[in-house]
This record gives sequence, structure tokens and C-alpha cells, in this order.
Amino acid sequence: MIGGEATAKVYALHVAVIALLVALNFVLPEYHHGVLARVLVLAVFAMGYNLLFGYVGLLSLGHAMFFAAGLYGAGLPLYHLGWGVPAAFAGGVSAGLVMSLVIGLLALRTSGVAFMIVTMMFAQVFYLTTLYFGEWTRGDEGLVLQQQARRITLGTATLDLTNPTTRYLLAVALFAAALFATLAIVRSRHGRVLVAIRENEERTRMLGYDTFANKLTAVVISGVICAAAGAAYALLFGYVGSTFASVQYSILPLLWALLGGAATTLGPLIGTLFMYYVIDITSGYTSAYMLVVGAVLILLVLYFRKGVLGTLRERWLRWLP
Amino acid sequence: MTPLLTTKGLSRHFGGLRAVDNVDFSIEPGEIRAVIGPNGAGKTTFVSLVCGRYAPSAGTIVFDGEDITDMPAHLRVRRGIAYTFQITSVFANLSAYENVALPVQRTLTDGRSRGAVRQGAMEALERVGLAARAHEQAGALAYGHQRLLEVAMGLALKPRLLILDEPTQGLSDGEIDSFIALVREIARDATVLLIEHNMQVVMELARRITVFNAGKILAEGSPAEIRANTAVQEAYLGTAQEASA
Repeated sequence: MIGGEATAKVYALHVAVIALLVALNFVLPEYHHGVLARVLVLAVFAMGYNLLFGYVGLLSLGHAMFFAAGLYGAGLPLYHLGWGVPAAFAGGVSAGLVMSLVIGLLALRTSGVAFMIVTMMFAQVFYLTTLYFGEWTRGDEGLVLQQQARRITLGTATLDLTNPTTRYLLAVALFAAALFATLAIVRSRHGRVLVAIRENEERTRMLGYDTFANKLTAVVISGVICAAAGAAYALLFGYVGSTFASVQYSILPLLWALLGGAATTLGPLIGTLFMYYVIDITSGYTSAYMLVVGAVLILLVLYFRKGVLGTLRERWLRWLP
Repeated sequence: MTPLLTTKGLSRHFGGLRAVDNVDFSIEPGEIRAVIGPNGAGKTTFVSLVCGRYAPSAGTIVFDGEDITDMPAHLRVRRGIAYTFQITSVFANLSAYENVALPVQRTLTDGRSRGAVRQGAMEALERVGLAARAHEQAGALAYGHQRLLEVAMGLALKPRLLILDEPTQGLSDGEIDSFIALVREIARDATVLLIEHNMQVVMELARRITVFNAGKILAEGSPAEIRANTAVQEAYLGTAQEASA
């Protein structure tokens, strides 16, 4: 499959991207610095989604529930129980783990369109649940996590998550962790099986693979990555609201992954960044910015059918993972 | 000798259709067995029951002394039952190498073979003569090569029972000759169950032939016996020319 030279190229590229992101910390103007930190966390969400959608070929319309599981799993105990930041983060990731395991066991009994509908229904149930328990979640209005709670104290040193540089670098760290985890998975034997399931599930089964178990593992890994993004979002930006559990946040990661290139490791970052700035820039000129976004999406579908990186890989860079 | 595979009263009904009806069948280790019969006789359904793609309506399947009737397909594969599809079912978007790397990796994980994925995959491709095309996309290979790739995937599973479902369909005469040689070689360390319409292939390879008709076994015996069997002749003549070759 991939020779030693290509492997070196792949790792060099990924390390270079992380190095570039770290370097940008020192040169970006304040506004873009803040935007990029947010985009990086959302890109982690998109990467988690892409693992399932791009590599396994399972189209979920309910991933907002995993992001929101992380968001609430971290935010609620921090807000109501006074948990510290590390414990809250672990709480968010655990919530995503449990949730994706349960949802995976149920939803994977279906496939295709039924899988899309079932995941969407579960996500709606979760969204409505966050509204129903408004006494604790404050629903759409949401909770604002206090500045003094978003601190990590190690001995005498204190890490203030509200400090822009700290926040940015932690976002880069999370992004790097998710990126290299994805890279390791898709280049592993497990990754080969996941792609095989996407290409032809029945054939994969007849080669001796338990496709259900493999898909379930993928749902859980995907759910955990998305929950980690949600938990980080709550802790870094201090806001926990049910908008993040709404159907819009199930569709967005799909768009981000498609734009950047499904089944590419770096595609989700490019897709998220691109979409964020298209909305950001056009909304500065016109209130009808969604019209522009729509036009851009149509152009992309016409000329970059496989997303930005997917098209690059198809035409020139065959070695891209 | 104890049979490698036995079925007792094996049946599969689709609604009112008895696709496989009360079949008692057994195959000895090391055998090359041909299964023939007119279209719709239940051959593919029968082997699909054996490899676990369908669940039987009734009956039992015993493989190497173990009752596998209720075992999921992927576990049967790990015990050594490999099935190559009647309709070519390679991973069209992946390279030929990746296609065989998957089964090789499976046998490595199960501890049924040793070494590296690359080595095992290249060996399997070499056995069917596709090593030079390892990096070509499977869907872009010529049809005959796709059939061979399908066989290579079966071989890479290190099967004890290799089920080939109409493997020579669509192959040229030259390709068929080398295919016959390949199956002979495979049969040195595996039992082969071959569904085949091409009588030249059947007569050259099979030691015994099982004839299916309307979901039941109509006859079983050596090639000479089957050729002389009047019931078999009637079954074929009664369902037109497609079996004449």
C-alpha cells in the first residue's frame, strides 16, 4: 500500500500543519486568533464526524448529540457541582462514550436511509431533553461558565482558560491529538477494514470480519472525538446551550467534511475554516449571507465534487491519507 | 475418512419456494467436488447456507465435526470456509493489493498464518498471476482478472473449504485452461466445492459430481456415472440449452 517514502511525506505534512498552527498564535491579529481557536475545536468535531462518514460510509444526521453530550457532560458538573476543569473534561468525554455506545448498539441495527433517520431521531430526543430539563440547562439561553471556574491549578501554577493564548494553544493541542489519532486509525489494520465496509460490507463479512463490531467501534471512536470537541468548547469558550444539540449542528459537520474532502484527514479543518470565513465575511456585507453561502456550496459541488482535499488527492496528490 | 462438511435435511424456503429442500450432502477432505444443475436449481442458495450468508429454514450443517448451523458467517470464514461470489464482488475502488491484504490480515489476526501482510498479499497475487498488477485499481482490471482476484481473495483466507461459485463465467478459453491448473494446485491443500456450468471444466476437475434440480440432489457420482445418468440428462434437456456446453 503506502511505501516508506510516502509515509514520511504524510507525517511531515501533518507535523507541518500543526507547526503552522502553533506559529499562527504569535502572528494572528486578535480577532482572527479567536476565530481560529473556535474553528479548531469545531474542526475536531468535523474530524470525529468524518471518521464515521468518510471512512466507514455511515451517514449520521445526529452527531450534534455527541458534541452536546460532551458540552453538557463537561458544563453541567462544572456549573452545578463545582467540578474542576480536568474532571469536567473527563466527564464530557465519558458522556460521549456511553452515549455513542448505546446509540451505536441501537442505530446500527439499521443501515442507509434508516440509519440517517434513526440517528436524527435520537439527536432530536436529546435536544428536547436539554430543553425539558431547563431548570438545570436553561435551554436555549444556556449557561455561562464563570471565568474563575475555568482554571486549572497545578501546585502554584494556574492555567487560565480564558486567556486567549492559553485557549488557542489548548485548541491546537486538542486538534493535534484528534488529527494524529485519526491518522493512526485510518492507516491501521482497523482502518483498512473500515474502508472495506464502506466499499462493500457483504464482501467484508465474507472475508471473516465482524462488520457490526467494527462499525460499533467506529461509532464509539467518532462519538468520543466529537464529545471531546464539545467538552473543550464548553470549557474554552464558557458557554453551554441547547443550540449545539439542535439539528443544525448535526448537518454542519457533514458540510464541513464534504467541503474539505470526506475521507481525508485534513479535509475537516479546511472545510470548517472555509465555511466559517465565508459566513463571517459575507455577513459583513449583506444580511442575505446565506444566499452567498448557498452559491458557494453549489460551486463546490459542481467543481470540487470530492471536496477541496478529495479533489486534490484525486488529481495530483495520490499519497494524501 | 470423516467428511469435512456434512449437511442433514438442509432446507431454505423463500415464501412458498423451496429453493433448497431437505438436502443431505457430504464432502471428503481433499476432494474437488463439482455441483451442477440447471439455473434456479438451488446451487447458489445451497452454498450460501453452507457459508452462512443465509440462515437455513431447517436442517443442520456440520463442519469438521462442529455444528455450525447457527454460527455467523464471519466465524465460519475464520474456521476455514471461504466463498467466492458468483457475481464478481471485489472492492472496485481499492487496489488489487488492498483487496487481498484484507483476507491476509484476517488470517494473521486469527493466528492462522504468520509474517507480514505485504508478503502474504503478494504471495496470493502471485498464485493467480496478478502480482504485476498489485497497484492497479480492482475495478479497472479486465473481467477475467477480476475473477482471478476474487479467487486470490479466497486463497488468501487459507481456506480448508473453498467454495467457487461459477468461477469461469465470462473467461476466455485460454483463461479457463490456466484456471483449471490453478484449481488443481489449490486442491493440494484445500477442499474445493465448485459450482460450474462449463462441462469441460467440471469433467476435467471433479472427482465426484453432485447434480441439483429443483432444490434437491438429483444424482451424485463420478463424472462417468453422471454422464450416463438418464435422470440428469432429462433434467438438463427439460430446461433448455444453457447447460449444454
